[in-house]
Amino acid sequence: MVHKGKSGHIGSMLSMADILPVLYTRILNVDPKEPKKADRDRFILSKGHGGAALLATLAELGYFPLEWLNEYYCDNGKLSGHISHHIPGVEFSTGSLGHGLPVACGMAMAAKQSGKKHRIFCMSSDGDLNEGSSWEAIMLAGQHHWDNLVMLVDYNRLQALGKSRDIIDLESLKEKLEIFGWAVREADGHDQAAVYESLRDLPLRDNQPSAVIFHTVKGKGVSFMENEYKWHYGGLTDELLAQALKEVEEAK
Amino acid sequence: MRKAFNKELLKIAKQDPRVFMILADIGYGEIEEFAETFPDRFINCGVAEQNMTGVACGVAMEGNIAITYSIANFPTLRCLEQVRNDVCYHNANVKIVIIGGGMAYGELGISHHSTEDIAIMRSLPNLVVLAPCDKAETIALTDAMMAYEGPVYFRCGYKNEPDIHSGPVEVKIGGSAQIRDGKAATVFFAGTVGINAVKAVEQLAQEGIECRLVSLYSIKPIDKAAILRAAKETGGIVVLEEHNICGGVGSAVAEVLMDEGAGNVLFKRLAMPDVNATKVGCQAWMREQYGLGVKDVVNAVREIVK
Repeated sequence: MVHKGKSGHIGSMLSMADILPVLYTRILNVDPKEPKKADRDRFILSKGHGGAALLATLAELGYFPLEWLNEYYCDNGKLSGHISHHIPGVEFSTGSLGHGLPVACGMAMAAKQSGKKHRIFCMSSDGDLNEGSSWEAIMLAGQHHWDNLVMLVDYNRLQALGKSRDIIDLESLKEKLEIFGWAVREADGHDQAAVYESLRDLPLRDNQPSAVIFHTVKGKGVSFMENEYKWHYGGLTDELLAQALKEVEEAK
Repeated sequence: MRKAFNKELLKIAKQDPRVFMILADIGYGEIEEFAETFPDRFINCGVAEQNMTGVACGVAMEGNIAITYSIANFPTLRCLEQVRNDVCYHNANVKIVIIGGGMAYGELGISHHSTEDIAIMRSLPNLVVLAPCDKAETIALTDAMMAYEGPVYFRCGYKNEPDIHSGPVEVKIGGSAQIRDGKAATVFFAGTVGINAVKAVEQLAQEGIECRLVSLYSIKPIDKAAILRAAKETGGIVVLEEHNICGGVGSAVAEVLMDEGAGNVLFKRLAMPDVNATKVGCQAWMREQYGLGVKDVVNAVREIVK
């Protein structure tokens, strides 16, 4: 779908592509037949540029017809490059980084105030954690002990222009989050059993927001993309697409 | 005016459990009663306006009414993208309230002058833009804003503004308030600077020049009918606002006149020149300095009627 629409951000999508199916089929209390049911768990994709991975997940689950994916990024298609709440199953529109966590905090506060039991998940990333607004929200969530809030970090250690270590080094992210009052766990974001194990007993600690740092590989599953930051933006040729699909099929 | 707003908000919050107040460490002396009465519907996000706006949006997305409240540009320009992408795009029920519209904090300098906000906020889809001129409009517009489902920008004044209306006023989103009638010309204004229009129109009346005077408290949507009526019936229009000349209320009125084929009217915008206001002084003095004084209105009307 991304190739057809001549879009980019494939590396960012593959990075979390093993997490989203586990999240949507085994962790989140959601129902594709009733996307707006009141007690659903909320999921906000703060790294909205990877939205096609979420759209593909939602389409596979039946939130909307699979055919919509064929018109992703196309004139008069329904699906834009960054996710929009006008699509069934998409909780919140993002695209500019640093917006997801503050909104998730507001949803967590509202749920606490009204005594509702649903949880609020937010997927962040290296780039998303460069934004000051993300840290404003991280500080606030720790301050208020919102244990219905779960931050997932797609931690592939690359961002648009290079290695995060060389741009804004987030290490040690676990320690940083813990200092701000979060309960933190780390897991392999490409081992689906590990992803499930890391999320099945939330909150990680009572009275603390939870963060699960998923160690991931940008461009996972495609040899020429893996750990190459140019695939943050890069688009494929027909030949490279064929090779990529072959590699992903063989790995199944 | 901020006292009137907070009092009215508190009254509404006592009746409506959906009302939340989301702050960024501003509101000393005004917000305490809300915080004490509704501790679970109040949060101080710290000095972090982007987060304040995002949190308010999240609270509103869950079926509540979230108020963000701060000084001048802090809840608008500082977090403009959150206002645009989060609040307006999602049509979230967030009310963005500023204290000190225009140069109410004159002496504090340009960081505290809210003088480009109308142009910017009225260009955001889904956002209603309101600017009360005195306590009566503040109370009435607070009620109208809270009854409205959707995002609103509320450009409140500061304190001790003189009354423009003689008593309670009826308002509606998209409406305007005529304060006096006359045939010589119409003076439109929005916000607390309107007091200079009131004084100017009174002075002109003593010269025998009877002007219509209208508060355009609803800047978006704007009262097109009142503008077109004024053009037709008075033939001349002056618009006074405490805002940069680019894109504010005067521009909004001009857009209506041109779009509706009523451009053949004598017309003058009284707004701040397109500069940063570097002079130091109180609001009333600053208004004189930047072309928004009583004499500026008087002269503009005289120019039109001569």
